Formats: sequence, C-alpha cells, structure tokens
Amino acid sequence: MAAPSDSERYAVATQWQLTWWRFRRHKLAMVSLVVVVLFYLLAVSADFLATSDPHETDARTSYIAPQPIHLFDDGAFRPYTYGLKGVRDVKTFKLIYTLDTSRKVYVEFFARGYRYSFLGIETDLHLLGLKDAGKGDGIHLLGTDLLGRDLWSRLMVATRVSLTIGLVGVSISLFLGVLLGGVSAIYGGWVDTVIQRGIEVVRSMPTIPLWLGLAAALPNDWSVTQIYFAITIIISLLAWTDLARVVRGKFLSLREEEFVMAAELAGAGQTRIIFHHMLPSFASHIIAAVSLALPAMIISETSLSFLGLGLRPPAISWGILLQDAQNIQTLALAPWLLFSAVPVILVILAFNFLGDGLRDAADPYG
Amino acid sequence: MSGSDIILDVRGLKKHFPIRRGLLRRLSGQVRAVDGVSFSIRRGETLALVGESGCGKTTAARCILRAIPPSAGAVNFTIDGRTVDLATLPRRQLRPLRRHMQMVFQDPYSSLNPRMVVGDIIGEPLLINGMANRAERRARVTQLMELVQLPSAYFNRFPHAFSGGQRQRIGIARALALNPGLIVADEPVSALDVSVQAQILNLMLDLQDRLGLTYLFVAHDLSVVKHVSDRVAVMYVGRIVELAETETLYRRPLHPYTEALLSAAPTPVPGAISSRIVLEREIADPANPPPGCPFHPRCRYATDMCRSEVPQLQEVEPGRWVSCHRAGELGLAGVG
Amino acid sequence: MADPILSVRDLHTQFHGREGIVRAVDGVDFDVFEGRTLGVVGESGCGKSVTARSILGIVDRPGRVMGGQILLRPQGGGPPVDLATLPQAAMRRIRGPEIALVFQEPMASFSQHYTIGNQITEAILLHMGLGKRAARARAIELLDMVGVPQPDRRIDEYPFQLSGGLRQRVMIAMALACDPRVLIADEPTTALDVTTQAQILDLLRDLQQKRGLAIILITHDMGVIAEMAHDVAVMYLGRAVETGPVQDIFNRPRHPYTRALLRSIPTVMARPRTRLPTIEGSIPHPFDRPRGCAYHPRCSEKLGAVCETHEPPPIDTEHRQVRCFLHGGIPGAPPGTQP
Repeated sequence: MAAPSDSERYAVATQWQLTWWRFRRHKLAMVSLVVVVLFYLLAVSADFLATSDPHETDARTSYIAPQPIHLFDDGAFRPYTYGLKGVRDVKTFKLIYTLDTSRKVYVEFFARGYRYSFLGIETDLHLLGLKDAGKGDGIHLLGTDLLGRDLWSRLMVATRVSLTIGLVGVSISLFLGVLLGGVSAIYGGWVDTVIQRGIEVVRSMPTIPLWLGLAAALPNDWSVTQIYFAITIIISLLAWTDLARVVRGKFLSLREEEFVMAAELAGAGQTRIIFHHMLPSFASHIIAAVSLALPAMIISETSLSFLGLGLRPPAISWGILLQDAQNIQTLALAPWLLFSAVPVILVILAFNFLGDGLRDAADPYG
Repeated sequence: MSGSDIILDVRGLKKHFPIRRGLLRRLSGQVRAVDGVSFSIRRGETLALVGESGCGKTTAARCILRAIPPSAGAVNFTIDGRTVDLATLPRRQLRPLRRHMQMVFQDPYSSLNPRMVVGDIIGEPLLINGMANRAERRARVTQLMELVQLPSAYFNRFPHAFSGGQRQRIGIARALALNPGLIVADEPVSALDVSVQAQILNLMLDLQDRLGLTYLFVAHDLSVVKHVSDRVAVMYVGRIVELAETETLYRRPLHPYTEALLSAAPTPVPGAISSRIVLEREIADPANPPPGCPFHPRCRYATDMCRSEVPQLQEVEPGRWVSCHRAGELGLAGVG
Repeated sequence: MADPILSVRDLHTQFHGREGIVRAVDGVDFDVFEGRTLGVVGESGCGKSVTARSILGIVDRPGRVMGGQILLRPQGGGPPVDLATLPQAAMRRIRGPEIALVFQEPMASFSQHYTIGNQITEAILLHMGLGKRAARARAIELLDMVGVPQPDRRIDEYPFQLSGGLRQRVMIAMALACDPRVLIADEPTTALDVTTQAQILDLLRDLQQKRGLAIILITHDMGVIAEMAHDVAVMYLGRAVETGPVQDIFNRPRHPYTRALLRSIPTVMARPRTRLPTIEGSIPHPFDRPRGCAYHPRCSEKLGAVCETHEPPPIDTEHRQVRCFLHGGIPGAPPGTQP
C-alpha cells in the first residue's frame, strides 16, 4: 500500500500526536524543551561533569578566578591549563594563589577523580581531569569560593538537587491536587465546600513567615536527606492548590460535555466515566499546569535556601550557592560567584516558555 | 389511544431548579423549567417536542431519560411487556434499562469523545453492557456504520476528521448500537448546514421505517419538525400548550402561540410575509411566570380570565389537546 | 436603476496561516443600492462573513484582502472610493458614518462594564461632534426608534440586564448612531428565537423604509432571505456562484447549487414526513478546496471534465450573474454558445 496521505495521517492521529504537531510549531517552546532536557541530562550526570569533589575544601585555593582552558598547544589540539603558584602579597603579606603561566598542565578526558555512585554503580570516572597534576592544581572553570571549593562542580551538583526538588515537589502536589480537586468536583456538596474553603485558607497564608516557622520546626540534627524531603513536602503542601483548582474546573466542565452524558446514558458507571472519558481529556492540561508549577517550585526552594530557611550546608543547591554571593564584599572580591544565578534564570525561563507552549497545544481540538 | 402500544407515558413531569442567593446559599426562588408536562408516545411514531429557548423542552427530554432527576411526576416506560416508572426507579435498577432508550445530541462536536476512534465510540455502549466480545463488537460496529451510510474503512479515524453531518451519523450509530426501542433526539439537525440537514432527516426517517424506532424529537424549528413527526407537542414556559397530529396542528392550530410560531417561521418563498403575526414582548421568565395563562401578556386574544386563571391542557377533539381558555372559539390561521 | 452605493468587484480575501493558504473569499461581485437589501446567503465556510469584514476592513489576522475593489460612492456624487486600498485612518471615518455592522452575537459585541448608553454615545461623540447632553438625547431617540421600551430608563442599564432580543435592538441602535448609508447585518437573528427573529426582521425592514438604508444581510437561512432581500448573492466556498433579484433566484435558479439548496430546505408547507431531496456529500474543508468549479464533487448536473479542471467565469445576463459552465464560458467554445 502506498504511504498514507497527509489527510489520512491526520484522520487517525491521536490526541498526543495532534498535541505534538501543534507544539512543534511553537519555536520558543521547542527551544525551551531542548534547554530543559539538557538541564535534566546535566543533573543526571552531575558528578561525571564535576571536575573536583564539590565538598572538598582547600584554604590555599580560596577565591581563584575562573580559569580558562586553552584548547590548542603548538597548533595541535591538546587542551591545557596552568598550574597554581603561591605569591606573597607585598602589601598585606598574604599568600595568594594565582595561575603560574610558566607551567602547563594538560587536560585529560574521561579522567579518574573522586569516587561517586552513578545509578548505583560506584565509579570515579569524570569528563575532565588533569594529567600529572601537582599539589593544588585543578580545573576551576568558574573559579572557587572562600573555602576553595570548585564552583563549577558545586553548580553541577546544585543543579541536580534543585531540579529534582522541583520534580519531587511537583509529584507530591500533583497527587494532592488531582486527588483533592477530583474529590471536590465528583462529590460536590459539603465535601466540595470544605476543600474549596481549605484551599482559600492555604492560599491566603503569607508564605515566607509560614516557611520560617516550618523550617524552624525542623530538628537541627536531621540529616541532609531528611531536610531535603521535609523541604519538598513543605513546598508542595502549599503548591497543590493551583493544581487542585485546575483539576476541579476541568472535571466540572467535562461533566457538562455531551459525550460524558452519552456514556452515562449508555449505562457506563462512575469509574469508567472518570478514567475513560474525563481523565484522558484533561491529562494534557495537567501536564501543562505541571510544567508551569515546576519553575515556581524551583524558585521556592532557591529562595528558601537563599534565606537560610531551606537546605543548609553542607547540602548544595542553587539557593545555597547564591547565599555565598549574598554580601557585597564577597561579590567585589569574587564576582564569579554570581554565576550561579545564570542556570536559575535559564531554567525558569525555559520552563515558562515550555509551559506556555504546552498550554497552547494542550487542547488540539480547540 | 389503546394502552398496549404505548411505549412512553409521561404524567405531570416537573423539574424545578432552585435559585440560591447570598453567602449562605439560601433558597430564594425556583426556575420552573418543566412544570407539569404530560404526553404519551406510541411505539413506532415520532412525537416532536417544539418550543423556543427556555421553554423546557431539552430539560424535559433529559428528565425522561433520567440524565437529570425530575422533581415530580411519572415517566412510565414499557419495554418487553413490562412497565416501569423511570422517574422513581433506583439507579441500580435503572442502568440495565438504559440500553432500551438512547439519545442523539444536538452538538455533533461535543457529543463525541475526541480521544476515541469512531469504531470505539460506536462500540462503547456494547462494551459497557457486555453485549459482545471484541470480534462481535467489530462486526456489529461495521454493520452500524453501513446502516448510517458511513464507510466502515473509517473505523480507526478520530472524530476530528469528520464533518458535522458525518459526526451526527456517528452519534446516531452509537444510539442504535443497543437496539433501543426509544430514541430521544435533542435538536439533532439544528447545528448542521442546510444541505446536510436534509440528509440527516432522511436518514432518521429511513431508520425508523427499517428498525421500527420510536422518536421523541426535540426541536425549535417547525419546518424541520413538519418533515419528521407524526404528532407535535408545543411547549411554552415549561408546559405543553397544544398537542395534535402534525397535519392538523399546522393546518388548524388551536392555541394562539402555535399560530404565532407558525406565522413567524420563515418560508423560502419571496413575498410570502404579508400575514405575519409579530408577537409583542419577550418570552416569560420561568423563574417568575405571569399569573394566569403564561402566554397572556403576548397574546392578542387575551381576556380577563386569561390574566387570572391558569388554563389546563384539555382534549378538545379526539387526539387534540389544547391549553387555552378560548380554544375553539378563535379561528386561528395555519399553514400548508 | 440608480448607481449602487457600494460595489464589490472580484474581491479576494485570504488567510495565510501556518497550515497553508485559505482562500476565504475568492472572487465575489455584487452591488448594493439605496433602500434595498442584498442578501448574501451560503453555508458554513462559504466566506459570507469574511466578505462583510473585508468591506469594513476588519478581517481577523492573518487574513488580508488580496485583490479586487470595494467601491463606495460618496454622498452627493464624485468618484467612488476604493475601500480595499484605503489606509486604516481613513477607514475609521467610513466605519460608523458610512457603513455600520450588526453582529450575530450581541452579547459578545458589547463591553460588559459600561452601560448601553455609554456605548451608544461613544460613537456619537466620536463622529457627530455633539455635546454630551445632546449625544445622550440622541441615544435615547435611537433606542426609541429601534423599539426599546422606556428608553430613558433602559439607557442606563448594562448589556447583561437585557434579553437577547433587546440586546440585538440596542446593537442596531448603536450601528445607526452615526446615520450610516449602508448597514451590514451579519446573521443578526441566528442566535434568536423565531418569534424574536420576526420582531428584529420587522424592525430592519421598517428602518430601511424610513431611512432609505442599504442593507447587506448575511445569513444561512433561505427563509430569511426570501422575506428580506431584494437582491441575492448565493455563495459557495468563497465564490458568489449566483447573484440576481430575489424572485429570479427563488423562482428560476440557474446554478445547480442554488437549485439543490432550495429543494433541500425544510418548510412548514411540506406534507408531514416527506423526504427532502438532498445534496450529496458535505462541504469540503477550506484547505481541500476542489479544483475547477468548487461545487463539482457534489453537483448533480456536472458537465464533465471541464468542471473538474476549469473555474467557471462569471456569465452576466440582465441583472443576473452565474458562475457555471451550464450557462456558457467553456474555454475554447465560441462565446454565447450553450452546451
């Protein structure tokens, strides 16, 4: 048989195909999708991309400026960087480490470094490393902080933490939102009234003081992981209300659709109507709502941690990295620390454009 | 009418929607959408329920199928020699009866789930009622598609690939899937283009002849109704004002509202409007109907009695029911 | 007959979307005369509403008038102005004082936040150079003229307080605020009940007699056309397939589509339960416009290959125009020959 014609393809296209065709036309959203996917790939391979242990401190390498990698040596592709040397400042008599341009250190791909576990596999493989590195030598693509920790490596790990906190948080609020929104719409009556008033109460709470209180209530002796989960739960407890409203609204409007009534008149039970006719009808809307809720989650975590209410060191997240760039003195001394804001802005923008595109494409029959 | 061949007998059907106001949602009034409707339908005939927007025709149709629960009245449905009152039947006992009465909807777009292929849409009633296995279902759906003149090759297409008229055929095939005795068609052609309307009307007539279907045909358009119905019931503000054989009702209406409706229906004959009756004012508000006959503020024949006493639907001739104090004494104009 | 107020010649309006080009209006000719109603009739997708919007220069993006002329003869003579090439600023002086529009859905065409008085006087203040007090008096006068009861009280109400019929009356009052010469009514009664429709059609006819309005009535309803129009343009997929005086169109239709359409309309005159003659198939999607004569796949009087390959040119005979090879125009055939 000949290849199906365009109109034939269109005739048998499922909702998801139509949505995808429509989404594909939204250029900015497509670019954003690529950005978001790249960021999540980066989050998965954070340790592999890190150049040194993000937790390892070294007083000697404090505040080293971003250190460029030279790609060509003597006209051949042989990336190298310079080693470090200590210089005594003639005025302050402080020992300052700067690049020693007389000493080339060659960069190696798939090098051995600190040990980490990737998807349960213990390994020490890293994308970049140094060949024959001397004491204190390292690749500091984005410089180092006060304690001499490599910012690039810390940023990789922070990206993983911040992006996953968004995912976990959204999953929890999605669960709460669909459950409570659905219950609210399906049962109606006093159940609906109670849930709706509850949503209004939650939404009317001033978030920062609430976070302050909840964060203060977390025991000090909790491990980083425990704090991490506590924070996601706190964030999602506040964030589910929007989703619940979307779900409830969709349920109510779908109940008025004639195809739902047709199923009911054909003798379909409540379960079939909900799971066969209603949920698939707004799944795409939920995805769009989620992709718009994610950046809000990420921002929440970042601001909380920035204010010192969220994750705390030694945990690493975007908020914690930005915390280091909090005072002007540090910024004057090490402006590169502010680079941590760049991925935050990129990801938030990308998620918003992506969400916009998805929302426009979510109803391909409109 | 002999009792034996009556499939549906509606008695005193009422549907009142509460109006709630204020923070405490206090009951402040009622919309009497359907306010005491009685009629019966014989097996194999088409009864049209006609009226303008807000007259309660769609609400009445939905109450009859128990898509929404009626406030009062009885809906006696006779199937396989057994009569049940659908209005009071518990939900559990209602579900197995659903397959005997199906609905064709007005909007060919919202009435088909856009996420299901045509074959699944038409076959869904069979699936729900466990009537057939996969292969049998496929065979039955193919047969139904042929019945409504849709190529069965379209089985795997989604509704978005079809025109309004084809979608309405799909809706009809779905309604026929379970071999129902009664089909309630709610404005089945009013959303369609003229050139497609005629196709669907003819299809419905053909199917009725072939399968012995009974139609309750809800419509606002008297011209469409003339082409499909055996008898016509005219509704105004929640009540039936006149019910008669189609030919009789059009030729010799007995209610002033029927006369006005017939006169207002546009006819495709240039220069045919000389005797048009243009009604004054607006349709009465079903939340706050006027005292006496609800039609009296617009009626040019109204007397003092019409302003104070509510007329009852009475059989003035065999098979002719009118709700008007002056029925019979007015020589009203008809058409055709 | 006097010169027409408005002449549309070979109008083309296209929508350049991502999926391709939709030729919404693809060659339409008609004339509109003072005191007469031109009925533009057709089914969905025939381009009747886009034609109206093209005349007013308010085609929704990404639509554009791509060709043809829209000639408006100025009051008191002078050469006609081509609205198709007029800049937006000049167009704004045409909309309202020269040509006004009444929409199908009166609820959507009002702002819900202003009283109807505000909305009517706005146009008067903008175009007529009247003071506030005089504008209000004029608005009340207009409401009275279109049959709104108690106009001095109703003027301070909001659109949602009015019934559908009253809203449509107010819409007409608003359209007439600046005393236009041409009124375009786009499906003015489609959203209304029959008894209300009769009232509004009565009003339009009455206003036309009193003020000599030229009306372009756009509708899908042949019954409304029969009742209201003096002249008719029948449209199918962007083209006026037949135009002419109402009696001729209804009594001696020449285009197969007009003939079939008239036969397929249900009427209250019919014998009960009679089957109607139908038109086969359905209206093609605007993207899948058939080649040649757009009606040929559904036509029961198709001549042959020529209908599938060539677009029939307009054939003019006294006051009438038809685009169908049955009436000539076959390429290669000597002019005037009938097949």
